[in-house]
Amino acid sequence: MSVAEHPGQTGPVTFDTAPDRYKHWKLSVDGRVATLALDVDEDAGIRPGYKLKLNSYDLGVDIEFRDALDRIRFEHPEVACVVVTSAKDRSFCAGANIYMLGASSHQWKVNFCKFTNETRNGMEDSSRHDGLRFIAAVNGACAGGGYEIALACDEILMIDDRSTAVSLPEVPLLGVLPGTGGLTRVVDKRKVRRDVADLFCTNADGVRAERAKAWKLVDAIAAPSEFAALVRDRSAAQAAASPRPAGAHGIALRPLQRTIDARGYHYPNVDVTFDREARTATIVVHAPRTTQPETPEAIVEAGDAWWPLAFARELDDAILMLRTNEPALGLLLLRTEGDPAAVLAVDRMLLAQREHWLVRETIGFLRRALARLDVTSRSLYAIVDRGSCFAGTLLELALAADRTYMLALAEGADAPTIALGATNFGLYPVVNGLSRLDTRFEGDLPAFATLKAAAGYRYRAQEALEAELVTVAPDQLDWDDEIRLAIEERTSLSPDALSAMEANLRFPGPETLETKIFGRLSAWQNWVFYRPNSTGERGALKIFGTGARPSFDQERV
Amino acid sequence: MAIDYAERIPNNVELSTNRTLQRALEQWQPAFLSWWKEMGPTDFNALDVYLRTAISVDTKGWANYGYVRMPDYRWGIFLAEPEQDRRVGFGDEFGNPVWQQVPGEYRSQLRRLIVTQGDTEPASVEQQRLLGHTAPSLYDLRNLFQVNVEEGRHLWAMVYLLHAYFGRDGREEAEELLARHSGDADNPRILSTFNEPITDWLSFFMFTFFTDRDGKFQLKSFAESSFDPLARTCRFMLTEEAHHMFVGDTGISRVTKRTLEVMKELGTDEPAAIRRAGALDLPTIQRYLNFWFSSSLDLFGSEASSNAAAYFAQGIKGRPDEKKYDDHVVRDATFELDVPDGNGGVRRESVAMRNAMNEVVRNSYTEDCMRGLNRWNKLIEAAGHAFRFSLPSTRFRRTIGNWAGVPTDPSGRPIAQDEYDAQVASWLPNGDDRAFVASLMRRVIEPGKMAAWIAPPEKGIKDRPVDYEYVRLA
Repeated sequence: MSVAEHPGQTGPVTFDTAPDRYKHWKLSVDGRVATLALDVDEDAGIRPGYKLKLNSYDLGVDIEFRDALDRIRFEHPEVACVVVTSAKDRSFCAGANIYMLGASSHQWKVNFCKFTNETRNGMEDSSRHDGLRFIAAVNGACAGGGYEIALACDEILMIDDRSTAVSLPEVPLLGVLPGTGGLTRVVDKRKVRRDVADLFCTNADGVRAERAKAWKLVDAIAAPSEFAALVRDRSAAQAAASPRPAGAHGIALRPLQRTIDARGYHYPNVDVTFDREARTATIVVHAPRTTQPETPEAIVEAGDAWWPLAFARELDDAILMLRTNEPALGLLLLRTEGDPAAVLAVDRMLLAQREHWLVRETIGFLRRALARLDVTSRSLYAIVDRGSCFAGTLLELALAADRTYMLALAEGADAPTIALGATNFGLYPVVNGLSRLDTRFEGDLPAFATLKAAAGYRYRAQEALEAELVTVAPDQLDWDDEIRLAIEERTSLSPDALSAMEANLRFPGPETLETKIFGRLSAWQNWVFYRPNSTGERGALKIFGTGARPSFDQERV
Repeated sequence: MAIDYAERIPNNVELSTNRTLQRALEQWQPAFLSWWKEMGPTDFNALDVYLRTAISVDTKGWANYGYVRMPDYRWGIFLAEPEQDRRVGFGDEFGNPVWQQVPGEYRSQLRRLIVTQGDTEPASVEQQRLLGHTAPSLYDLRNLFQVNVEEGRHLWAMVYLLHAYFGRDGREEAEELLARHSGDADNPRILSTFNEPITDWLSFFMFTFFTDRDGKFQLKSFAESSFDPLARTCRFMLTEEAHHMFVGDTGISRVTKRTLEVMKELGTDEPAAIRRAGALDLPTIQRYLNFWFSSSLDLFGSEASSNAAAYFAQGIKGRPDEKKYDDHVVRDATFELDVPDGNGGVRRESVAMRNAMNEVVRNSYTEDCMRGLNRWNKLIEAAGHAFRFSLPSTRFRRTIGNWAGVPTDPSGRPIAQDEYDAQVASWLPNGDDRAFVASLMRRVIEPGKMAAWIAPPEKGIKDRPVDYEYVRLA
């Protein structure tokens, strides 16, 4: 949804916030356990026109949620377990606000769902890779997106007061899907038998504690008087098993140094420029300009200014800003600038010190930021030009792109090169669980072995082409025209077909929970969102709350 | 337990030939009796009480009087007589035949409404279970028990619907109705008003006047339902609910009358003097009234409600006395709501009428309450005093809806929180009031005798004298 579609809105949506500015969440830390309590201010929606009743959420609530998770990761490394709960009486979370969804454009809905999915996947990512555990303490009515937050946690504890229910009412009530991983996680993660899941997902009222436990929808239940003790015991047990360091002190995540102007978004290490006429945005990531710290102590000292963390935060923010505010810029041109050796030097530090909490969390941030790029519904071209530094971690940008164009120069010191680093072999898995290299070569081991052996080698264009690391390698005479044509051709194609095609081509290989969520679940949801049975004038989502009855086109498609 | 259905459970639903229903109720009936013995007016189960029992729905049958021990009360199942060719009276299906079975698409909504309504019935029995120890007369004690057994019958009525029309889910919900208990922190009743114990008789009269009156309006809304068995059940319940309202109305009236007598005897309206004489002063009664009216208002739900709109559109729950309205479809009408503007003021907001149905019903309720106040005020006027009872604004002390958590004075004017805190003791029962009211609660058991704070009723039950032995204590 562009800014222009919102008369009440001034300026672009940003994702900046901090705990002292939260309107909807209360973050508290007690030793190894942090509590994130949802307490939505119903009058503080990010857009006008709806009230966030019953702890329902919109993009603004989720922006704070994401921020809080990053604060815990970096500012509270001693926290090993996060309890997600509600500060409201008898209401845990009612999910995404229906009136917000009903009033939103298709594109806003899709973008909103993608962001919320990424935040929930990020919880599982932190649990899987970094030992940060999550417990949902469901202390009141838990519906739709509310239950999907719980599903993203390692354990779900539910109050048994004989009234509180968990439910996924989207299908029976709204004519849409539980699209934030709900359907997928119920059967794939929690292993709820599929006919039981069918009962659950078509019952608007949901099920109360005892049956929820029997159906494996929650892990443990307790009466109100015993619930706090259950939460305490389980969070202590989860924390005890976590590798997060008990005695560590965190670093501050300071506000990003970003300026926004008519040309684009500008950060110290990342620069985004718009070409509205061409409908492209160029993202330039700069290699470290200064010597980077060599010891864990020095890294902690550098804090959020440490280059890998700094550029990762900036890149992540840039992607989110572009997705939300610049829907017409359909092609992102990924460029890098600086010294490849400086990037590879940082990569060596990342691997050597990966057991240190801050290094591990930084790798995690990079992993999630790169995954965000992977699932971004924009065409991605990597442009390997003079002065670029697609090496190691930054080569991941090119490996994430739909195509890579590399300038082929005859002998000369300024001929661009690319380099593999040890970080390219599994440190940053794609949502399918494989590295971008493995995904690219689809497990073709000979190529893989050769590449690995060559780690550190500077490939010039022709070699890179032969090693199948780049797509096209025009020479200097063809370069400008080749790039221009590739851009013009791409932006002339149907944006819808491109989004769909890219989403299909980017993730060969095995299915995971996340590929199913971003593929199957999201695609079906986005289809449902476009159908009159949900969003037509008499569609279930559109008329929800008016009392009118939806009128369905009864033909199955 | 083998049950002689017609005898044990008076009914007009052909229970003796309905095997499915028999089986279901056979399991529930003992559970209900255990609940009554554990959670009901436990200390009074052995007494003979002069109670009214419904054994049929006609004029002769619905009010049979006689001495009964409460656990032996014949809780029957009655639906008002069917209306020939009844049609949906409101909403999108206006004019279509009503439903004799639950439509699949409304199954969960109907079940939820019936469960929520059903949950309040045993809840009030639980809330009132100790009141018998402090009854101001045998007449009042009997009325309390009559209310209690009828709430029990209303539970039966809802359970019948759950068993007869909602299959396994309905049976489970029926069990849950007995498993939740008022004020039990681990298994509370669904609505918070029904989790507060009622410990004094002034509160009991207020509850039967204000809170049971909410019940009346809910039942009247359901009596319009397109789900015919629900409509018929509620129509019959309303005949009994009228007695509960009568208990509240005449109770407060008698308290007021006694106060006026004391005022006359003493020649003062000084609260302290009236209290010293063992009666309740009018300002204290007003504070209790403020408390119970405002807490009952919350039971109607939010002013603008998507559920209310859906229930109306679907034909599930209508407006009380739907026939008195001209437009039964209400597709385009709007309703003007006064809502807080967030800056200490009031703003007018237009909402679709269908979404405002809770407010429409709440307004009818408020008018109905006012009729009671007018009767009491006539007594005060006739006694020559300037004091008048008044209803606080519907914005006052709300915990649900637009005005939830917004401090206002009883006239509904938004005020600052500290101003509210400074004055609340003069608006709502304060510690002194509660202690004083508690001090009046002494059991009076001599037939015909009344506690000092309440006047005798004008007449007894079913042509019996006021000094009749309505409860045999021996």
